This record gives sequence, structure tokens and C-alpha cells, in this order.
Amino acid sequence: MHQNPIDWKKYLIVFLFTIGIFMVAIYLSNYFGEKKISELKSIQDNIALDILSSETQFSLLSELSCKNISSSVLSGELGEMGQKLEWGEKNLGNTTEVLYLRKYYSLLEIKDYLLIKNISKRCGTDYAFILYFYTTAENCSECERQGIVLSTLRDKYPTLRVYSFDYSTALSAVEAMLKIYKIEDTKLPAVVLDDEVLTGFQSLEKLDAKIKKSFGLEEIIPKEEATGQNQTTNDKSSTENAKPITE
Amino acid sequence: MDLVFDVIFYIFTFLAVYVQIFLFITFLENRKNIGNNKEEIKLVKYPAVTVIVPCWNEEQGVHKTIRSLFNLNYPKEKLKIILVDDGSTDNTWGVISKYAKYPNVRVFHKENGGKYTALNLGLEHTDTEFLGCLDADSTADKQALVRLMHFFEKVPELMAVTPSLIVDNPRNIVERAQKAEYYMGVYVKKMLGFLGAIQVTPGPLTIFRKKVFDDLGPYFHAHNTEDMEIAYRMQKHYYPIEQCLDAFVYTNTPSSIGKLFKQRLRWIYGFINNSIDYRSILFRKKYGNFSVFTVPSNILAMAASTYIFGRVIWEAVSFISSKVLQYKTVGINLTASANNIDFFFINTQSSFFLGIFVIFLVILSLSIGYRLAKGKGVVSPDLIYFFFIFSFIAPFWLMKAVYNTALSRRPSWR
Repeated sequence: MHQNPIDWKKYLIVFLFTIGIFMVAIYLSNYFGEKKISELKSIQDNIALDILSSETQFSLLSELSCKNISSSVLSGELGEMGQKLEWGEKNLGNTTEVLYLRKYYSLLEIKDYLLIKNISKRCGTDYAFILYFYTTAENCSECERQGIVLSTLRDKYPTLRVYSFDYSTALSAVEAMLKIYKIEDTKLPAVVLDDEVLTGFQSLEKLDAKIKKSFGLEEIIPKEEATGQNQTTNDKSSTENAKPITE
Repeated sequence: MDLVFDVIFYIFTFLAVYVQIFLFITFLENRKNIGNNKEEIKLVKYPAVTVIVPCWNEEQGVHKTIRSLFNLNYPKEKLKIILVDDGSTDNTWGVISKYAKYPNVRVFHKENGGKYTALNLGLEHTDTEFLGCLDADSTADKQALVRLMHFFEKVPELMAVTPSLIVDNPRNIVERAQKAEYYMGVYVKKMLGFLGAIQVTPGPLTIFRKKVFDDLGPYFHAHNTEDMEIAYRMQKHYYPIEQCLDAFVYTNTPSSIGKLFKQRLRWIYGFINNSIDYRSILFRKKYGNFSVFTVPSNILAMAASTYIFGRVIWEAVSFISSKVLQYKTVGINLTASANNIDFFFINTQSSFFLGIFVIFLVILSLSIGYRLAKGKGVVSPDLIYFFFIFSFIAPFWLMKAVYNTALSRRPSWR
């Protein structure tokens, strides 16, 4: 009996083919990854434009009545951006681009926060907002739970603005926020609600009660529950979202 | 740590894609030589063949098996049948002894010693140039033997020819999943035949030249997988094995998950231990594609499927625990927005595309298998059963076989 020869050339060709398939998969992954990053960038640009526009509107109208400033001055895309960025950090990896987007997002959040603070101060309107500090530098299971609570609250109160800041973001503006509210990394997660700093995990019930008390928000009623209830309830919740700022 | 898991995942995926493409390119290279012959074949010369039927508690099915041998379109005077009752505790002996009246049938009864001992008893009484075995749970197609013998006529240096195994009359999901698997097996086996790298000469009607046993010795216990060991031994001695696509043997397969588990545990245990016994011929180029492709790709399939299964379980556990955490933290949240159907949140990592590609390759192999065996390329719903049963259960018999090997525990036949 004789030996069965091995066709090494074929082994090499198959190897090259397989490499080719991997290259295509990597190319596709990069292509869609970049598309997602550019989507994030475009949302950020929109937010930046919204904020700039609001700031300008605010300056222009500074001598006029607060009646002319409607709630639409606030960017509605901040929440969507936050969700997508969080997903991107998990699935696209912490690339330089994603890290840059995170920093930029933090900055936009601060600008948005300053804007509503200014409007509130001048027009005396209470905006419902929460500052949330967490960390990704170490394993923080409480932060994970706190994130779930805040997402639930955001779903419950669409007008509630949650500004979340990663403690480990190397950005001077974020560091300044940490100093202002005296946030320490050993006491994370931390939530600032109506100028009160709450450290450690805060339950849904506790925050919910505080939100209701501080801002007088009304929760949206899920469709299933709303069906069958009187029209007044629906009207109430829909007007809540578009409530104009009044003096 | 995630990086390490990712690297392992990509290495396994790379090798899995490599193996599938290797088989596919072999298919493309040889597609002109693959013919599914529908016509009746006539041999120039009909050599004498002995078929041994080892039986152990087969009173139900053995009759059908023997009848299928009688119905073969092979000259009766050239076909000798040896029926061996390996110490059955049922009425197998009563059934087979009735066939002793036929001049070309010989019937033996012995104490139970395992299938290989029954085969060896048959071998001792074989005086023909060719021989084969037909498990008592299988039936041969009328044309099977003449087609197998046609291979020996065309290529005189061949030492063994294996048939195409088809699942006989699948009745439930477990059997239909195996039906799909066996069709894929037809394709893989044929490609390995082209590569000279077949690693099993299955019990149902593989035909050998008697010279194989004269030269290399009888069957061994071989961890209850004597049909695998003899193929390893033949590969070690460069005895060529081929696969005949259009020689069909219909076999009964395990009808429940438990029985399937037991059968596969035995097969995988046999594979691991025969590969250990024959380790000296692995990864050695002088033993050809068998040594550098077949056995390594089987080892890879075992490792990769176990690893990927582990990873899927890990992902599922993480998902469930995050949901539990969510439930514990905020209860059932009715106000949660369900408007996350956004292209953005669709996973587009390279592993996603590679996963789809691997599934495509598996479907392709199955459809080629169908085409080769049936002459038409149809992908049936059996494929879904196959994916479901083999993805979720195979890792368990793989792990159990490794565990048994580590503890030197032999799985039983039944």
C-alpha cells in the first residue's frame, strides 16, 4: 500500500479563502460600526445645535417675558443619545471614538443642565431633573441597579431629565461637577435631586416620592391601563408634556 | 478576560469555517466525478461476498434485515450470509435458526461477548474474497451490494467501500433530526473519501477485502467502536477506503433523546479513545489527510461546539440575571418603552456575520448531502430539528465522553 499524498497547496488556498471571509466580516462590522458612530455624532450635533439655539434664544429674549420661552427649547434627543451611547460602549468597544463621544455627551449634558438652571432662575420655573453619578472603572453593582431605577423613572415621567456622569470620565467639566456636589468615588452611585445629594442606592419608591414632592410631576399611564379610563386623564397627561413655561 | 474568550471564539470560528470550506472546495474539485447512478449496474464478474449479521436481542428487526439480504440483486450463489446470535436473552436464536435451511446461510450461537466477538466468529468462517457486516437494525437497498462491488471492480486497489446511510422511516423529531444529520454525513463521508481520509467503516454493510483482516488481524473491542478502530488501523497501513454514494442502507436510529445520548456517548468516547490509542499517527503528514484533516477537525468540532454552547449558556444566564435584577429593583415595569426597534441596536459585530456564515455553510452541506443522496437539493424542516437537538444536547454527550475518558469509564452499548 502506498501513502496518501497531502495537497498542501489546497490547504493554503483554503486558508487564504478563510482569511478573506474573516476580512469581509471585519469589514462589514467596521462599516456598520462606523455608521453607528456617525449616527451618534449626528445626534450629538443635533443636540449641540439645539442647545446653542436655546442659549441664543434665551439671550435674545432675556429682556422679554418668560412666556415666550416654550418647553420645546430643550433638546429631546439627550435621552436617546444616552441609551445609544451606553449600547455603543458595550457593543462597539471603548474605542477612542466612543470615549470621545462619551466626553462630548457629558459636556452637552452639563450645557443642557446649565441652560435649564438659567431658565429656572430667571423665569422661576421648576424643571424636573436628576444628576446621576456612577462609575465604570470598577465593578459597581449598585450603579447597575440605580441605572435601572432611573430608566424606569424616565419612562414613567417623560419630562424628567436625567443627567448621568461617569465618575471616571477624564474631563475637567465633569470633575468640576463632582467638586460642586462633593461626590466621592467611594460613595457611588450618587443622585442629586432638588439640590440634595443622595449617596448609595436609592430605591424606586423613595426617588418616585421625592420627584412627586419636588417637581409635582404626573406619571404617564400605560396604554393598557389608560384604555377604559375617562378622557380627562389622557388629556391631563398629554398637556403635561407640552406644558408651556410660565412665570 | 473578555478578550481571551473572544480570541478563543474567533480561533474556533476560523477553524470551523476552514473545515467547511475545505470540504466545499473538495466538492467543487470533484463535482464531475460524483454521479448518483439510478440505473441498474451489471458487473463483469460477481465475486463471492460474505455478509455477517451479528445479533443481540434483535428478535423484532432481524427478520427484515435478513430479508433485505435475500432481496439483493446479487447472484444467490455468490452471496453467503452468516447469522451470529451473540448470547441473546430473547428469541433471536429462534428467529435466525429458521434460516439455517437456506444453502447460503450459516447460523451460529455463542455466549455474549460483544459485537466484535460476533463479527470475529463470522470472520473465522468466511472463505470469500470480500466480506461485510450488516447490523441487525439496518436493511440494505436492493442495489446496494452490486454498487459497492462495482467500486472494487473500477478501482482494484480499494480495500473497503462504505455505503450511504439513510435514516429508515423517521417517525419523531429526534429521528428526523438524525435524518438531516445522516444526509450531511453522506456529503462529508464522500468528501473524506476523495481525500482518502475516511475514519469510520460503519457496521451497516461496509464491504472489505478479506485481505484487510488477513493482514491486519480481526476486530478489537476498541472501546465499543470496532467499526471506527478498523478504519484507523487501515489508515495506519495505507489501506484505501472509499464511499459509494448510491449504495443505500436504511438504518434505525435512536428514537428518544436518552437513547441518542447513549449512542453518541459511545461514539464520541470511542473517537476520543481510539484517537488516543492511535495518537502516533495523528498530525503526521505521512498518514495523509486522515491524520492532518479528519481527526483534527473532529477534535475541533468537539471543542468548538462545547465552547460555543458554554458561551451561549453564559450569555443566557447573564441576560436572565439582568432581568432578575431589574425585577428585584423595580418590579414589573409596565411603563417601560418598547420602542427599541431601531437598526442601531442590531448587533453588527464580526462574530454576528461569521455566525450567519457558519450557519449558511451547514445548510449548504446539508443541501449538498440531500442532492448527493436523493438527486435533488431540498432543505427540509428536519434541518430545524437538527439544529435544535444537536446544538443543545451534543455538548452534553461530548463533555460526558471527556469526563468518562478522564475517569476511564466505559459507556455501555445500550
